[in-house]
Amino acid sequence: MSAFNSNIPEGDLTTKWTKYKSSVALVNPSNKRTLEVIVVGSGLAGASAAATLAEMGYKVKCFCFQDSPRRAHSIAAQGGINAAKNYQNDGDSTYRLFYDTIKGGDYRAREANVYRLAEVSANIIDQCVAQGVPLAREYGGLLDNRSFGGTQVQRTFYAAGQTGQQLLLGAYSALERQVGMGKVDMYTRHEMLEVVKIDGKARGIIARDLISGKLERHFGHAVVLATGGYGNVFYLSTNAMGSNVTAAWKANKQGAFFANPCYTQIHPTCIPVSGDHQSKLTLMSESLRNDGRIWVPKKKDDNRKPTDIPEDERDYYLERRYPAFGNLVPRDVASRAAKERCDAGYGVGLSKKAVYLDFTFNTERYGRIEANKLNIHNPDQATIMRLGRDVVKEKYGNLFDMYKQITGEDPYETPMRIYPAVHYTMGGLWVDYNLMTTVPGLYCAGEANFSDHGANRLGASALMQGLADGYFVLPYTIGAYLSKEISTKAIPTDHPAFAEAEAKVQAELERLINIKGTKSVDYFHKKLGLIMWDKCGMARNEVGLKEAIEEIKALRAEFWSNVRIPGELNEFNPELEKAARVADFMELGELMCMDALHRNESCGGHFREEYQTEEGEALRDDENYAYVAAWENKGNGTFELHKEELKFENIKIAQRSYK
Amino acid sequence: MNITLKVWRQKNQNVKGNLVDYKVSGISPDMSFLEMFDVLNEDLINKGEEPIVFDHDCREGICGMCSMFINGRPHGPKEGITTCQLHMRSFKDGDTIVVEPWRAKAFPVIKDLVVDRTAFDRVIAAGGFISVNTGNAQDANNLPIPKPQADAAFEAAACIGCGACVATCKNASAMLFVSAKVSQLALLPQGQPERYMRVQNMVAQMDAEGFGNCTNTGACEVECPKGISLENIARMNRDYLNAKFIKEEQFK
Amino acid sequence: MGLTGLFLIMFLAVHCFLNSFIFFDKTGELFNVGAHFMATNWLIRAMEVVLMLGLLLHIYQGLRLVFMNKAARPEKYAYHNGQANSTWYSRSMGLLGTLLLIFLIVHLSDFWTTSRFTGIPTVDANGHEDLYAQMKESFSNIYLVILYVLAMVSLAYHLLHGFASAFQTLGWNHNKYTPIIKAFGFWYSILIPLIFAAMPVYIYLGL
Repeated sequence: MSAFNSNIPEGDLTTKWTKYKSSVALVNPSNKRTLEVIVVGSGLAGASAAATLAEMGYKVKCFCFQDSPRRAHSIAAQGGINAAKNYQNDGDSTYRLFYDTIKGGDYRAREANVYRLAEVSANIIDQCVAQGVPLAREYGGLLDNRSFGGTQVQRTFYAAGQTGQQLLLGAYSALERQVGMGKVDMYTRHEMLEVVKIDGKARGIIARDLISGKLERHFGHAVVLATGGYGNVFYLSTNAMGSNVTAAWKANKQGAFFANPCYTQIHPTCIPVSGDHQSKLTLMSESLRNDGRIWVPKKKDDNRKPTDIPEDERDYYLERRYPAFGNLVPRDVASRAAKERCDAGYGVGLSKKAVYLDFTFNTERYGRIEANKLNIHNPDQATIMRLGRDVVKEKYGNLFDMYKQITGEDPYETPMRIYPAVHYTMGGLWVDYNLMTTVPGLYCAGEANFSDHGANRLGASALMQGLADGYFVLPYTIGAYLSKEISTKAIPTDHPAFAEAEAKVQAELERLINIKGTKSVDYFHKKLGLIMWDKCGMARNEVGLKEAIEEIKALRAEFWSNVRIPGELNEFNPELEKAARVADFMELGELMCMDALHRNESCGGHFREEYQTEEGEALRDDENYAYVAAWENKGNGTFELHKEELKFENIKIAQRSYK
Repeated sequence: MNITLKVWRQKNQNVKGNLVDYKVSGISPDMSFLEMFDVLNEDLINKGEEPIVFDHDCREGICGMCSMFINGRPHGPKEGITTCQLHMRSFKDGDTIVVEPWRAKAFPVIKDLVVDRTAFDRVIAAGGFISVNTGNAQDANNLPIPKPQADAAFEAAACIGCGACVATCKNASAMLFVSAKVSQLALLPQGQPERYMRVQNMVAQMDAEGFGNCTNTGACEVECPKGISLENIARMNRDYLNAKFIKEEQFK
Repeated sequence: MGLTGLFLIMFLAVHCFLNSFIFFDKTGELFNVGAHFMATNWLIRAMEVVLMLGLLLHIYQGLRLVFMNKAARPEKYAYHNGQANSTWYSRSMGLLGTLLLIFLIVHLSDFWTTSRFTGIPTVDANGHEDLYAQMKESFSNIYLVILYVLAMVSLAYHLLHGFASAFQTLGWNHNKYTPIIKAFGFWYSILIPLIFAAMPVYIYLGL
């Protein structure tokens, strides 16, 4: 077994990264030209890493399954990106961002990584603005900020409700610039299906050209996986339809440990499910909680229209339970609170699985401010609401339009109905401080790795982490590895290891397509999703998890005997692509349940019903579970657990309180 | 709801395609247009036929992947949305709907409703960026940008690269797409050093890809799901003429 | 396209101004003075050459655009709902232009070639070539009058799109001035062809 060492540099927390950067081995420019790096994925982490590595002089190949790198699902992130700039003079600092992130992650993240993340966060904003990313500005021409859940400062930079899009397009532009210069070879509509290892090191990948269906071999001195999260294991999630775990899962089978798979983030503000036909869920940005107040009726089964329910018959349960943070508690807390109210019978809407997100109060507040600005004294209510509405529209117009489009209801007139939905996965491939997995030469960045968010991710931190990894961390740390590879010549892809890996992929695809059963891939995916949501979702318990494991095993057996994939192997065949992804999800789903079952505590996104305080808050067990659970795949559905102890030397570990 | 669909089927790039009729029933008005296709495909798979291949990914109107030409219009009858956000409540029970792929020489059909839009990537690679290597940047607030200008740049930057503008344009012109990127960067101080080089290179690549020319019919602006304005095209024209005829420097 | 278009638009104004002399003088002498000036002034004669070149360039550019744009979509849509997002005349500039070209051939062979090359047979009281008389004779033909009126309808639609479009192509847009240009262009596109169309009708009816 390869070393299981987090490789955290010695020394004071605040100087670890600086020291590392100035002492890390470098590769001279002429050697960089002969070193090849494969980057799989073209989202924030992948595109920024590929662009930066190419700028540094490495030969880069970048792969994505979509038709263009600009489609990666980072594009859908709405709310914003955190950075410890302290532009608002509200007491923010690198340490405070570090502290908020560790605390928000329920003390299950690695201190050194998180501190580094907080440190480089400011550089990200500088870099993006220099690239022409149009972040929101104030009238003075300087950058604007807003606040997000789990923090008491305003450190979130944003571009209306399309921050992810703008940041991704910035990284995409940087990537295309390198493509134009011939320094990155871009492979679109290609899916990675295997990691090729030679002498224990990652040396390339097998990718399928999705249009011709042909398998291709690609060599790299190092391989970077930036393939995103696995939320689609739940079938219904806010992830894109194509988001998958396949690359990470193949890596896991090749010896890369999978860390904390059970840490799933359920986002509190999504549009509720409307029927069985639903193929995906749509997020309403967390930034809405800045100005929206969440409530349910005080009476059970209150069927009155929300606007007819008087103020004193409304239960603003987040403000009631968490007076200090109110509607801005972290996501896991807000989600569970919504579930608690709905389970107790106070839910609203036809399904009774929703709560109200109401903007009236703040619309009125903004209206008064605007009226003042316009020198209207004693304005009437209609004027106030009209002026306030304009302010709300400018802040969240696109989100309100999206809500109206999907539900057919006008959120300016009536409160939004929202309910939690799967959104992000904190777990992922285990990586050390260098972002290298347990397979030498195989790196993992962005949501695909496990590193920075612990058991729960704070809002606006995913964009930060993806870009930190891609622009500022990986390009340095990969150099340390590549500096030892300068004498390794490019390995021809007729090497037996490539042939063997390709044959294995070919065999698996053939096996899938030859099942010729009776049920579609979606049938299995939906069933898997239901099991996962019911038993490994917002709340889990021992009995349910054990049942889920058995059910998934049975479903997997049925899948491998009865799935029907039309079409052929050597053609553009999306059903085959889906089938291969679902096959991996089914193995991952089982591991998630195993991980959730073994972790006898509640922390962040992992809530075990057996472990809660009397008030229903998550009850951590720091004595026994302050570790990262890294799972080694032993084949045939068996896994070995490795533990990375988490040491908190700079933060006093405490019960997380937002009251 | 019961719907009759006429859908373009084409096995691959090398064979001819044709419109095929399908009947779908039991459609809920709350379904999205793509979910209706999911239902149809599930049905086709169960019948042992090949499902219809179409591009889609985020299904929340931002990735730009979905691309159906529905009843003669890109992304269907409603304005300001993508196909994935089009809901069946926008149609009537018993309607017949014609669904075709984007059609342009620069967007060859790959299969059924899927086209190859990599031409857009090559246009961006020709100049749709600011040449700033990672680590080069100064502090983000060192350069104040007037809000109206920043907002205009943002509005241009909202383009999702779906190609609806090309699809609907009678000339299959990509001017709206190209001008959105040219404008975004021309409006920002960071974009000035490469401004005139950029516009020439991007336009040259656009022409090389085989897109048509703009005749200002304004169809693209109407159909753009993100409301990208024709003003961007005017701005690009201005910069292009400037670069060609007024600036003394040679740009290449 | 835009530049030659604007140039031709300016020519229309001059042409329209001079021709409208017919409305103010029954004898046509005023009109003939104008025509004589236009025919003999060296600057105008020089501009005439430029105008012809501009027209030819405009035609060449237009045809080139049509063919290039057709090539950009080799396979047509089975159903393309153009009217949902654009006006028919903005999509039919090539067709409208072709109609205008046919009209111009008739128009120029009627008046221009005679006045320039074959010579006008009669002179008026002031000793100027009597172009007015020739006009009266031509416009006694109802078919010609109808052709002229229809051509002016084509011109109106051609201008309705072309006027503002030329500014857009040249990149001359401005938040404050573009609405003015658009409004002006609209009225220009209606009034100029209307005045032109009134001429043959006026003469035919002998008002």
